Formats: sequence, C-alpha cells, structure tokens
Amino acid sequence: MRFAALVGCNSLHPISMENESLSSASTPRCNPALNSPDFSRHMLELDEDDDLEVFSKDATFTDASSINTSLPTSPGSMINQYRFEEEHDSKDLFITVGDPESHVTAIETFITYRIVTKTTRSEFDSCEYEVRRRYQDFLWLKGKLEEAHPTLIIHPLPEKFIMKGMVERFNDDFIETRRKALHKFLNRIADHPILSSNEDFKVFLTAQAWELTSHKKQGPGLLSKMGETVKAVAASVRGIKQRPEEFVAMNDYVESFGQKIGMMDKITQRIIKEQREYLEEMKECGPVYTLWSASEEELVDILKGMAGCIDNCCKATEEQVGDLSEGLLPVLHEYVLCAETLKAVLRRRDNIQAEYESKSYTLANKKADRDVLKDEIEQLEDKMEYANKMLKVDWERWRKNMQSDLKLAFFDIAEKNVAYYEKCLAIWETFLTTEKPELVLEKDTEDYSQK
Amino acid sequence: MRRRLSQVQQTHDTTIYVSEPRMADSGSEEAAVIENPEVAPEEVQQDIGGTGDGSSLLKKMEISVSEAEKRTGKNTMNMQETYTVYLIETRSVEALNEGQSPAPDTLWRRYSEFELLRNYLLVTYSYIVVPPLPEKRAEFVWHKLSADNMDPDFVERRRIGLENFLLRISAHSVLSKDNIFYLFLTQENGWKDVVYDTGFQAKADSRLKALNATFRVKNPEKRFTELKHYSDELQSVISHLLRVRARVADRLYGVYKVHGNYGRVFSEWSAIEKEMGDGLQSAGHHMDAYAASVDDILEEEEHYADQLKEYLFYSEALRTVCRKHELLQYELEVTALDLVSKKQQREELATGTVRTFSLKGMTSKLFGQETPEQREAKLKVLEEQITEGEEFVKSKTLECEEYVQNSWIDIERFKEQKNQDLKEALISYAVMQISMCKKGIQVWTNAKECFSKM
Repeated sequence: MRFAALVGCNSLHPISMENESLSSASTPRCNPALNSPDFSRHMLELDEDDDLEVFSKDATFTDASSINTSLPTSPGSMINQYRFEEEHDSKDLFITVGDPESHVTAIETFITYRIVTKTTRSEFDSCEYEVRRRYQDFLWLKGKLEEAHPTLIIHPLPEKFIMKGMVERFNDDFIETRRKALHKFLNRIADHPILSSNEDFKVFLTAQAWELTSHKKQGPGLLSKMGETVKAVAASVRGIKQRPEEFVAMNDYVESFGQKIGMMDKITQRIIKEQREYLEEMKECGPVYTLWSASEEELVDILKGMAGCIDNCCKATEEQVGDLSEGLLPVLHEYVLCAETLKAVLRRRDNIQAEYESKSYTLANKKADRDVLKDEIEQLEDKMEYANKMLKVDWERWRKNMQSDLKLAFFDIAEKNVAYYEKCLAIWETFLTTEKPELVLEKDTEDYSQK
Repeated sequence: MRRRLSQVQQTHDTTIYVSEPRMADSGSEEAAVIENPEVAPEEVQQDIGGTGDGSSLLKKMEISVSEAEKRTGKNTMNMQETYTVYLIETRSVEALNEGQSPAPDTLWRRYSEFELLRNYLLVTYSYIVVPPLPEKRAEFVWHKLSADNMDPDFVERRRIGLENFLLRISAHSVLSKDNIFYLFLTQENGWKDVVYDTGFQAKADSRLKALNATFRVKNPEKRFTELKHYSDELQSVISHLLRVRARVADRLYGVYKVHGNYGRVFSEWSAIEKEMGDGLQSAGHHMDAYAASVDDILEEEEHYADQLKEYLFYSEALRTVCRKHELLQYELEVTALDLVSKKQQREELATGTVRTFSLKGMTSKLFGQETPEQREAKLKVLEEQITEGEEFVKSKTLECEEYVQNSWIDIERFKEQKNQDLKEALISYAVMQISMCKKGIQVWTNAKECFSKM
C-alpha cells in the first residue's frame, strides 16, 4: 500500500520535475548556508516553493566548488551548524541493504540489491522507500558526494573487483560481504550530518530506476569536469608552499595508519589460510581413529570417543574460521580502503590550497586584471578555509568511528575465540569424564605436565 | 622433572613357562645359550642379588638413563665420527627402601650397544615380544623439528625412549633375568665381546629363511595368522596417524606463530594512537604470549607421538614372533614330509614295487635290479633314517607346541600391556588438549579485556 503511494509521490516530487542542475547542487537542509546568499531565512523550515526558487536561481551554478565559494557567512558559523546538528541529531534515517538478485541481460550479468529507507525527515515526501540498485549506482553516488564535499571523509565502498583468492565473482560469500559493506556505506552517509542531506543521496534512495538514469545524465558536462581536473592537476604540480601543521600530522598519521592496517589485513588473511589448512588436516584424524577401532577389542570405545571428539572440534574450528573471515577481515579491509580515502581527501585539500596559492602568486606577479584576480583569490581563500575546517571536524568524527569500529571488531573476535576454546574444552572434558572420571575430579590438584 | 615414556609396571610374576627337555645340557647358562637358541626360561637362572623368586628385576634395581653426551672417536673404518653416549644409572632398591641414598653405579652406552642387546634378546628369546628401541632416525617429523640425530631435542627424546626400553625389559619376568642384560647394566668394558661370544648371531634365522617359510607354510596356527593381520593393521594405522599428526602439528604451529605478527603490529600501531594506544599495546603482549605458547603444546604432543611410535615398533616385534612360529611350523612340515617320503621309499624297496616315479626306479629298470644284498643295505640305512626322522618329527612337534604355548603367554601379557598403555596415552592426549584449551581461553580473555579498554 505504502509502495504505491511512494510511486505516486516520486513522480510528483518537485525535485525530479526540475530539469536543471539537480545533481551538482548539494542542498543540505540543515546547512542552508550553502544554497544562496539569502539563505538566512531558510534555516530549518524550508517549504517547497522556496526551494524551487532557490533552484532556479542557482541553475547557472554548475559545479559544487563555485557554490561553495559564494558563502555569505564564515565557515566558522557553518561549522557550528555542523556541530549543533551532531549533538542534537537523533537517528531519523534508517537504511537497509538486502535481497541480492541476479540479473542477466544479453550483454552482462549483474547483481542488484534492495535498498529500503525509512525516515521521518521532512525533506522526504514519504516515510518509506524501496528501490533496487547495482554497484555502479553506488559508485556514481560516491563520486557525486566526493565532488560536492572534497574534504569530507566518506566511508569507502567495497572494492570493485574480486579479492585475491576468490574464484567466482558471484559466489555467496562474496555477495554477502559486499552487501554488508554497501549497507555500512549508506548508513555512514545517513549518520553524517552534512552528507545525509545531499541531494544525490536522496535521489539514490528514492528514485525509480529510470528516474535515476535520467538524473545521472544531468550534471556538469564532460568538458567542465575536465576543466576542473586540469586545474587541479596544474595546481598540484606546482605544489603547496607549506602545509599547515595539523595537516602534516594528519598526513603522517594516515601514512602510518595505512601501513599498519594493511599489515593487519594481511596477517588476518594469513591466519585464516593457516587455520583452514589446519582444519583440513584435522579432518583426516578422526577417520583414522575410527579405522583403528575396527582392529581393536578393548580399545574400541575409547578410540571411537577420540574420533568423535576430534570431529566435534573440527566443527568448532570451522565456525571459528568463519567468524574470522566474516567478522574481522571485512572490517580491517574497510579500513585499508579508508586509508586510501583519507589520502585522497588530504590530496584534494592540498589541491585547494595549491589553487589558492597559485592564484596568489599570479596576483603577485601579473599586473593585469588585479581586481578580478583579487575577488577570485578571496573566493579561493574562503574555499580553502572552509575545506580545512570541514576536514578537521570530519577528521575527529572519522577517528571516533574508526576507534569504535575496530575496538568492536577486535573485541568480538576475542570473544569468539574464547567461545571456541570453551567449546573444545567441553568436548574433551566430556570425553575424559567417560574414560577416566577420577581424573576429572582430581583436576584441580594435578599438574598435567607430570603426565 | 623426569619424564617417563610409560608407566612400566612392577608386577608380581606368577606365570609358569613350559620347559623343553634338553638333550645336551650344561651347567653354565652361557653354554646353554650357545647350544640351544631357544632357551627355556627356567634354564637361565641368574643370581642377580637373589631374584630367584621369579619377580622382575625392576623390584630389585632402580634403572635410569639420566644423561646424554657427545663423544668423538675413531670408528671401525678408522674415520672420525661424533656420536652420543647415554649414562645408565643403577641403584639397589633395597638400599633406597632402607633410607640409604647410595651413589648410583653408572656406565656409558651408545645406541649401537642398545641395538646389540636387543638383537641378542630377539634371537635368544624368540617367543617373547621383545620391547622395541626408540627410532634410529627421526621420522614423521613436522618441519620445525629437526631430523638431525644430533639435535638436542631428538637426543633428549631418545634418552627417554632408551630408558623406557630398559625399564620394560627389567619389568619382564623372563627377560629381566638374562645375564647379558645384567652385564649391559653393570659391565661397561668388554660387554660386547661377551655378547659376541654367546654366538647368538650364528643362531639368528636368516631373513630369506623366514620369508621362505612365510610363503610356504601350510598350516600355521589360526591365532598367529590373526595376530599377524592385527600387527599389520596396527602398523598401518599408527603410521597413518603419525603422518597426519605431523601435518596437523605443522599447521597448528603456523596458526599460533602468525598471531605473533599481530603482537608486533599492535605494538607499532599503538605508537601512533592516543586513546587506543594502551589497549593495543597490552593486547599485543597477549598475542605474543599466545604465539609463544605453541612450543610447549607441541612438545607435549611429541610425547604422545613417541608413545604411539613405541607401539608402531612393537607391531614389528609381534610380527617377528609370528614369523618364528611360521618358521618352526614350516620346518616341522618339511620334516614330516621328508619322513613320509622316506617311509614310502622303504615300502617300495621292501615290496619291490615302484609306485612313484623315481630315477632309481628307472635306472633299475634299464640297468637291472639290485642284488638282494644291496637292497638289504639300503633298507637298513632307510630304517635308521626313518627312526631318526621319527624322533626328529617328535621333537620338532614338541618344539612347535611349546613355542606356541610360551609365546602365547607373552602375547597375552603384551595385549594387556598394550591396552593399558594406549588407553593411558589417549587419556593423556585428552588432558593435553584440555590444557591447551584452557591456555587459549586465558589468553583471549585477557586480550578481550584489553580491547574493551581501548
């Protein structure tokens, strides 16, 4: 019932009716500062008509960076807004990713996932949405978010290509791991005060397939995108004069962190491999004891008991390997990708600074168009300061998330390992009570090393 | 902590062995050994501090192999070689019980001397399942363990194995009474000559002879055939188990040791973190402890493997006894057949009929019959041979029967021992596993604590 209403809703959505530049305009509701110069009256209760106005006014702004530069207020107040949101933000956007389905066309085979969104936010027309998306769509979304917020830290997507050692792109474990990662990706965005208000994000969650396709097609043309890239490359080639201290520290940290987490990932993969091989060998043990019991008379029971114990321990080991590869490894892998994300963010920040510095340099050395240049430089300076502040705040946010994620993952695996050993302990103790009850009673006083 | 390979029991021995009447007997036990390769137990009366009551040597003498040392010397080919010698200590149990602590008597022996002792016992007591020696070369090794005979761990495990060997012999009601064994424990120099002088090597059945008998014997006792199958199965299953165990040990080692890398990375990582630093650092220590714990675990497991190996080699000893039976049975069959054929010849000669095709018959047909005197002479020889043959068959039959009886007593004893020992080994394996699990629980609980404080 709801769904039908949704469909109706979507087609009347004012946003989708706009043919103008929807994609590039990130219009976070809680940060109206980014919309237009006279945003001040739009603080938290925008109604649709005002929205439309805003859009048509800003129709000419075709890239995110130019929107950002027209800030009437200082980045400082915007940051306060950000923090304010964080303190009072109670979760009002719930997203689940599930139900992977395979689609076969003439050209390709791909998987789609069902995205269910439940929300009480006013900017959403409905409370519940259900759409199907494929990996490509997620990639698109990530690209748009990075474009809109070059110095915000966006949680990484699972990798495009299969990891080493996997046989099939579409095997169940791979799909499940990917699904979990995609789920986390969307939820991290939903939890982010700025990112969750992003327009493309909203479209991603709510638009029907054909709507999304047409929405994707809009946005800055290829040429203007290329222009930006060229600018950025030129700026980075020139380099920056001096990186502010806190970003130097960040850079160093990210280098080290990336290295450490990379090693953790490798070590964990190695442990899983060794554990799997251990399991394979162990599986051969039980049958040998059973075979032996066939030749014996008095020892039949104890030998069969041994075989049983070993088989049960094998089952427990199998579970434990599963816990490692489904619990700890994906998290570590995510943070390996995070390190790359952080490096990219820091690079983009550097580029913004470089852009500003190069313009300043031009000003210092060229005589022509001083006024125009001065304006541009001011804009670039604001842009840079804004970018820096955003990064600093988001950095803290990321650090907290990282700590809690990793702490949980490690804690979890330690707990699972304890449970594993407890299981095996129980198996052997049961065996011992049947074979030598008196030993179990003396357990506390005996020194086993004497045996 | 002195480790014993198995709980060698001090038992009261009350079994009675059947003795075979000896044709040529002599007073000295050494002479008896020379003339009669199968020595009846009661004939070998040693006076070793008065063990004539039939109880095992173990009750009288405390034996241990306490140390190992490297020696270099020239071998028989006059080349320098390095070898290990083992210190054998013996002490009188009586003195200990009386509260004295006399210094032990000691001597040094190398592995080849143990081998010599065992070979002697094998030949001299062919009806006994003679305890095996620890392996000559390290087999079923997993990669961490060295296959080098000079490796200290190998030497230590061998020391334990040799001690176990001596204890098993001294606990055996028959073997413990052997003089050569006693001298092995007490007389360092010249012992080898004494052993060679017994001439036991000449009495050993050749491998070829034994193999031949195994193939050709017609009526071995059913019990021995079954026992032989059992010993084959036991050998096969224990070998398999040891191979698998070695691979498992390898893998387990890998799993634990890789966790050591966690320790290293946690430690390095803690340096760049503020809030998480302490937690990571202490968790890292636990990971190091976890990685280190595998060494002890696998050492214990090696002990279990050694216990299995002993019975792997015991299966060979069982097969040896079976083969001896087959040999005796075969010899009996051959002797009996020979007698039958001689009796037939006698009949032919006596009646003049040639029932069976023989060269003699043909030639006599071609070249004429023998004279009555010739025939008479031949008959006389045959009669003598037949009489001899009948005696031979009788004694061989008795020998066979006694062998079966005596060996089966020891086989039953062995079975009891095997069941008990293997049961103990399996139980101690379970105990080891429990200990390993407890260690694991402890380490990961500690790590969990550290993570929760991060």
